[in-house]
Amino acid sequence: MLRVLARIGGAVFVLWAVATVTFFAVRLIPGDPAEAVLGGPGSMASAEALAAVRREYGLDQPLFVQYLDQLVRLATGDLGRSYALSIDVGPLVLSQLGGTLLIATLALGLAWLLALALATWSTRGGRVAWYLGSGLEIVAAALPHFWFATALIVVFSIWLGVFPPISTSGVAGLVLPVVTLAVPLAGFLGQIMRESLLLALESPFVLSARARGESEAGVRWIHAVRHAALPAISLSGWAFGSLISGAVVVETIFARPGLGRTLLNAVTSRDVPVVVGVVMIVAVVYILMTLLTDLASRLADPRLAVRS
Amino acid sequence: MNADVRDPAARESAGPAPLVVHNLRVGFGGRAGGSEVVHGVSFEVAAGECLAIVGESGSGKSVTARSLLGLAGAGSWMTADRLELHGTSVVSSTEAAWRARRGKSVGLVLQDALVSLDPLRPIGREIGDSLRLHTNLGAAARGRRVIELLDAVGLPDPHLRVHQRSGELSGGERQRALIAAAIALDPPLLIADEPTTALDVTVQAQILDLFREITRRGTALVLISHDLAVVSHVADRVAVMSEGRIVETGRTAQVLADPAHPETRRMVAAVPADRPRGTRLSVPHGVSERPISPSRPAEPTLPERPVVLERPVVLEATGLVKGFRRPDGTRHAAVDDVSFTLVRGTTLGIVGESGSGKTTTARLVLALSTPERGDVRVLGQPFTTASVRERRRLRASVGAIYQDALGSFDPRLSVGQILRSAVAGPHGTRRATGTTRVAEVRRISELRRVAELLDGVGLPATVLTRRPLELSGGQRQRVGIARALASTPQILICDEPVSSLDVSVQAQVLDLLDELQRELDLSLVFISHDLGVVQHVSDRVAVMQRGAIVELGDAGQVFGDPRHPYTRRLVRAVPRLA
Repeated sequence: MLRVLARIGGAVFVLWAVATVTFFAVRLIPGDPAEAVLGGPGSMASAEALAAVRREYGLDQPLFVQYLDQLVRLATGDLGRSYALSIDVGPLVLSQLGGTLLIATLALGLAWLLALALATWSTRGGRVAWYLGSGLEIVAAALPHFWFATALIVVFSIWLGVFPPISTSGVAGLVLPVVTLAVPLAGFLGQIMRESLLLALESPFVLSARARGESEAGVRWIHAVRHAALPAISLSGWAFGSLISGAVVVETIFARPGLGRTLLNAVTSRDVPVVVGVVMIVAVVYILMTLLTDLASRLADPRLAVRS
Repeated sequence: MNADVRDPAARESAGPAPLVVHNLRVGFGGRAGGSEVVHGVSFEVAAGECLAIVGESGSGKSVTARSLLGLAGAGSWMTADRLELHGTSVVSSTEAAWRARRGKSVGLVLQDALVSLDPLRPIGREIGDSLRLHTNLGAAARGRRVIELLDAVGLPDPHLRVHQRSGELSGGERQRALIAAAIALDPPLLIADEPTTALDVTVQAQILDLFREITRRGTALVLISHDLAVVSHVADRVAVMSEGRIVETGRTAQVLADPAHPETRRMVAAVPADRPRGTRLSVPHGVSERPISPSRPAEPTLPERPVVLERPVVLEATGLVKGFRRPDGTRHAAVDDVSFTLVRGTTLGIVGESGSGKTTTARLVLALSTPERGDVRVLGQPFTTASVRERRRLRASVGAIYQDALGSFDPRLSVGQILRSAVAGPHGTRRATGTTRVAEVRRISELRRVAELLDGVGLPATVLTRRPLELSGGQRQRVGIARALASTPQILICDEPVSSLDVSVQAQVLDLLDELQRELDLSLVFISHDLGVVQHVSDRVAVMQRGAIVELGDAGQVFGDPRHPYTRRLVRAVPRLA
């Protein structure tokens, strides 16, 4: 019970910290937010109009009052109105959330499959497979999203014409964005899995299992893989967060609607409420994902439940 | 014992021997002889018989044992004139054929290291795996059989235990579960590789009883160990292995009473239990001594110790109390009102099973942790209650050596660097900034002292440039002792200093400590779970149980005439040569 409360307290603290940092960070962008509301610096708005907007959005208040005001609004679940689009931020952000979550989840799943395949293959295929596997992992882990996305478009859209270069609504449109996000992550997860897989394969319980007559496949799938998965599971919460930030790049390149693009547009147009809204939603998703990975770790490693 | 099974004629009628090995060679890498580690060993085991293969680490005993299951390891090869399991030749078996035999016609029990059972899976599943792999039993039937097996190996509450994982069991319980998994299909041959190493003596005795019972049911047992005393009660025959060869084999009683090979003599001599204080345990390699047997103890090769009279107390612990909070919040008294004194030039043995508070006591004595109540006086001066400065001054008089010598060294430093920094003391780095000439003189005197220390612990100067990882277990512990002696302490706290060493190496380290004690007039606190060792080294003995000293007295009295029931139980369980 105490631990649950501590957990919730921690989540609230994270959300508060995120709100605070975003609030002040956005204020550091040069320019007048009132101008942004009236269509940006080029709009030549009159002094009266600017004053009216400042009053309406509370921008004439001292910074600290604005900050407290925003905290109170966020606490009641009100994300405010977009300066640029004049619509409520909450529904706007939520409508974009689905697309981003979809590619991030698919990418995480694909990264796991690739990493597992690479790790198991490279630990049983002999010396060549070993070097090839570890080499591939390092290369994959080092791939920048924007370069990899461009390369994929060149190969699969322009040369082969298999997948569309910009994201269409169908399944085909998902392939390239998901692969772009999944491959670098797979390289990273694969390195971790292979190391723990080797450790597990050399441990006495594997020898015990073999001595019972367990087959090579049995040794791997009943014993070793589960041990190999443990560190990768606990890293998946972090990985999901990095996938969402990767989505900003990928959604822009593939012209895909989603949180990433919404955030990018909001930052360039100084649309403070949207920026804050997106960041807050991402923070909530991140917290939930961390919670999920903790639960998954507990399921995969019953020792954690016993210890606590 | 059921002599009928061991009678050759009866053996003939019992059908083919469970195991026949003739000229078995095992190696790694290429088939050229250079990589061979087992050089043609031959033995056989009859039904209901126990053969112990005894040898130091690196003698090839484990590789031999694993070859009997076709599990010598990656990159290994094996040849033999004959290798027969229950009459079937398995010399050129395919992997699939081996798999069908493992668990069914030959079972393996490993040393418990917490991870000999998959820590993520309930033990019921682990044990049930043998049944799943070799029988057509359904899940429910397997579950029932697993409970029967756990019951048979003497694990209490089997229907609750099947759902537990290895981490929730004690060492003895885990070992029973491991044995249950190995005998699930009642294989005619069981191979046990150091099955009681790392267990407390009373638990070890129980596990050995269990093995005796299993052989009584007709199972052939190959028992691998480095400890002759441990196997001597179970084994009908002993094979002594050294450098990949069986150098001596025979009936256990005969081998123990009249060891023919020098290696066997060394092993017999190394058993510390019932050997008077001051007798040498180690026989130098290459020296052919008269055979030593427990009935004819070796004569002390060192001068009689002076009779201890009216010597000063150098260490005094009074009413030490230290508790910890359990994860569930309740308090657990790790050390509960412990008091003792240590007289100059003597050894106080502290003996107890795991969890009895021995190590916590050592930490309190070393002022590495602060007691809730009670205090420690060193050389008559307050130690725990002293100021930090005063305590630092006194620390030089108290050295310490630990079980895990390797873990107590910085792995990046060479032995020379480790010892030099110990000689220079805590202010060494600061002092090194003196003028060149002073620094030079100091450097030379430090190096001289390091050479002296190395010589004192019997290590050659060549180890100076080596790193701890490159040394053997015995060498590491010698470096640990040299480091502890660097500050010329009068008191040495030894916490399980020989527990992870082979018996023969243990003998050398114990002899070394004994020599150093005489030469330097050291006072020792010797902590161990091994009663045989404590009996051999101690003048006085404190027996600890659940944080408290239940018996404290002269070694002769405590071991010869134990008063406390717990001590009596421990003393009965000490591994002695049968």
